[in-house]
Amino acid sequence: MSASLIGARVQRKEDYRFLTGAGQYTDDVILPHQSYAAFVRSPHAHATIKSIKTDKAKKAPGVLGVYTGEDAAAAKLGGLPCGWLITDVNGQPMKEPPHPVLAQGKVRYVGDQVAVVVAETAEQARDAAELVEVNYDVLPAVVDAAKATQKGAPALHEIAPDNTCYVWALGDKAAVDAAFAKAAHVTKLEFVNNRLIPNAIEPRAANGSYNRAEDGYTLYVANQNPHVERLLMTAFVMGLPEHKVRVVAPDVGGGFGSKIFLYPEDVVVTWASRQLGRPVKWTAERSESFLTDAHGRDHHTIAEMAMDKDGKFVGMRVHTTANLGAYLSTFASAVPTILYATLLSGQYTTPLIYCEVKAVFTNTAPVDALRGAGRPEATYVVERLVETAAREMKLDPTEIRRRNFVRQFPYQTAVALQYDTGNYEATLDAALKMADVAGFAKRKEEAAKRGKLRGLGYAAYIEACGIAPSAVAGSLGARAGLFEAGEIRVHPTGSVTVFTGSHSHGQGHETTFAQVVADRLGLSVENVDIVHGDTSKVLFGMGTYGSRSIAVGGTAIMKALDKIIDKGKKIAAHLMEASEGDVEYDKGIFKVSGTDKQKAFGEIAFAAYVPHNYPHDKLEPGLNENAFYDPSNFTFPAGSYVCEVEIDPDTGQTKIVNFTAVDDFGKIINPMIVEGQVHGGLTHGIGQALTEGCRYDPDSGQLVTGSFTDYCIPRADDVPSYQLDTRETPCTHNPLGVKGCGEAGAIGAPAAVMNAITDALWSMGVKDVPMPATAQTVWKAIQNASKKAA
Amino acid sequence: MSEALYPITVEVNGVQRTAQVPARLSLVDWLRDELRLTGTHVGCEHGVCGACSILLDGEAVRACLMYAVQADAHRVTTVEGLAAPDGGLSVLQDSFCEAHGLQCGYCTSGMLVAAQALLDANPRPSDDEIRAAIGGNLCRCTGYQQIVEAIRLAAERLQEKRA
Repeated sequence: MSASLIGARVQRKEDYRFLTGAGQYTDDVILPHQSYAAFVRSPHAHATIKSIKTDKAKKAPGVLGVYTGEDAAAAKLGGLPCGWLITDVNGQPMKEPPHPVLAQGKVRYVGDQVAVVVAETAEQARDAAELVEVNYDVLPAVVDAAKATQKGAPALHEIAPDNTCYVWALGDKAAVDAAFAKAAHVTKLEFVNNRLIPNAIEPRAANGSYNRAEDGYTLYVANQNPHVERLLMTAFVMGLPEHKVRVVAPDVGGGFGSKIFLYPEDVVVTWASRQLGRPVKWTAERSESFLTDAHGRDHHTIAEMAMDKDGKFVGMRVHTTANLGAYLSTFASAVPTILYATLLSGQYTTPLIYCEVKAVFTNTAPVDALRGAGRPEATYVVERLVETAAREMKLDPTEIRRRNFVRQFPYQTAVALQYDTGNYEATLDAALKMADVAGFAKRKEEAAKRGKLRGLGYAAYIEACGIAPSAVAGSLGARAGLFEAGEIRVHPTGSVTVFTGSHSHGQGHETTFAQVVADRLGLSVENVDIVHGDTSKVLFGMGTYGSRSIAVGGTAIMKALDKIIDKGKKIAAHLMEASEGDVEYDKGIFKVSGTDKQKAFGEIAFAAYVPHNYPHDKLEPGLNENAFYDPSNFTFPAGSYVCEVEIDPDTGQTKIVNFTAVDDFGKIINPMIVEGQVHGGLTHGIGQALTEGCRYDPDSGQLVTGSFTDYCIPRADDVPSYQLDTRETPCTHNPLGVKGCGEAGAIGAPAAVMNAITDALWSMGVKDVPMPATAQTVWKAIQNASKKAA
Repeated sequence: MSEALYPITVEVNGVQRTAQVPARLSLVDWLRDELRLTGTHVGCEHGVCGACSILLDGEAVRACLMYAVQADAHRVTTVEGLAAPDGGLSVLQDSFCEAHGLQCGYCTSGMLVAAQALLDANPRPSDDEIRAAIGGNLCRCTGYQQIVEAIRLAAERLQEKRA
């Protein structure tokens, strides 16, 4: 056990079950007396419900129950809560309209749930759902955030007649305006950060059951944070004591943020299970995923950067309108504010930044966190501005970055964050070399001979991860703590079970966390099991999102390990008749310093559970410790991406010919897993840049991109093989020195791709191309530029 | 109003299975709900994501686009049928583990099936051929690169085994 497991490419412990089809996802769970739910959903974007007739459905074969908003109201089921209170520019709380679990008199987007049918089989439930007659009075709809705040726009909620949830701002506007007045050059861009549909390949699913004997509920649910799900559902919606509800998030087939939230279906199946005395299962069809999973992004932004004559950033001004959709989803309000404006400093020393955000309700699906959540939007603003500024000022885009990099740490930004450490020059230098930027001119020339346009684009991103110091989050409006919990249960023979509040839905915690524990205890990875995703097993947890698992969840485990080792030292001192201060510990061995006396970890564990020779006067038997960890700061992963594209001007088709990513994630536990996280993130980001664009019909509010044939998530032949490397500045405030890696690719990639595309088209007069840069969009940009030139 | 049932006999993972099924029952629902072979996953119900891929007489097909009655008298292999009878991973499965060709595991069954069909037909595929062969299988986690590496590794290992 001498070789360190930290930094080792350990194969995943969870793989066997997935490779043999033995994984257990929510839809795989069939409980005794299982019944099935189907939801009746609004076909209209905006309508009042005049009447609902359920009698035909109730008489249909196999139907056990049909429930509408009236039943939910009679049962006093509350609305879904929002977990983050934003205070507006006037000091007023944001508008929080009710978000009923079944529509109350009105529907506000296509897919809004109106009724539920529960039957013996899923087919019977679906058949009967078609027999529910809903009489609607269709209202005008608005899907575009900018239009929603115009006079005369249809109002979604009584509480917000102008559809505005809040207008929020960060920064000193007067000082920023003054900096702009004195600037040598100002770069201004206006763009849309395109709306995305998350599309985890496992659709959402929930299976609720009520056990009369225990007077308790169990909910199996595809979810990233089962304790948060339970807290929100019991305390805010159902009025149940938490200890009567067990939430299990078993194997979960991808989340990307979309499975953080408490959804109406989760509540309805849990509630209905008690009404019927039967477990009730609902699994989304893909069209329901498209319509009702919380979407991401959807910002309209005007961004300006002010520079002195040398290209030094002196001020930044950003105005964003954020589309929240029809209702406030669980963390929706925090995404375009706290997770966005605070990242606008990027890797740079911009001394003055002002950001104003107007958040707006529209007749579309709720919008919330999606891989990166606010930080991809911020990086897009910063990096598109920086690259455009460089071109306008005729500076090399890497040179303008170097002139503005933060080089002294800790660094206090103008937008509330304090970066603890980093080395932005190091990742940039490595990326330039790896991408062979020096040889680009030659490649561009060669491509031109073939009639193709080559472009090179950069993105130097930063993100705030390891969410979050609870006190800071609380002062910014969070209604929950953001710590993590971990428990180490040492068994008498020295093997270990670890319980973590983090949740793995593909990230490989069962391996990475086992490496951390096995390395510290001198065990093999096989002797450490990681348990997660079940509120009846794990003591508590805030779950997995915001690249927080290893930084916050991993640290909680480290703190529990500290306690195990402290107790182990006391036991070892007793067994070796030494004073506790003389006992040293390293990787599974307790030694009396200066002697050859030692005890292995397994011997200490055995002594703790078979305490014949034991310091009973000082210690309890057993070896089982838990810890809660609340981080003192965010972590700040950062990196440099270089994208090289080749565009066919005849078709507008963009091909990524090379993509280089050099990241600084601090210490890396398992490079193989980290590489996979980066690949996935990059592909998500490239999807946003090139292929993924959610569209609603502007008049009817129908979702136009409602299937995989209209909404294109990247396929294997759409993306290149990536070149990756890392540089390492360990995080200064957690014991593992880790920062998190799950979102980086999705944060940095869109700007890198779009900077490459605009580089290729710059000489034609194209300053900006909207995302997604499909062949048609790029072709149009080229055509428009040629027309202007003619 | 009970639905008419039709008799089917299908060889599933080497075992003859007989059943009475309604005409509208999809093959994937029969495998998952009746046979409890839940390793085959449903991702889109419209034949686009590939998560439900199975081998039908050795060819990769989408079990969400077939009715169970259409599988009558055919041979079906699901992900549960890829490992050795003692549970040992096949070369392909083991290569996915070694190259980290899976994350959440949801698309994995379909990926394995698509890769198996590719390697059966083309033992030395190029990377482009691999990407084309799994081009009908959506993965949201991996970005595909390590899947491509896994399939390439499996091809190399199978070559060595044959040599």
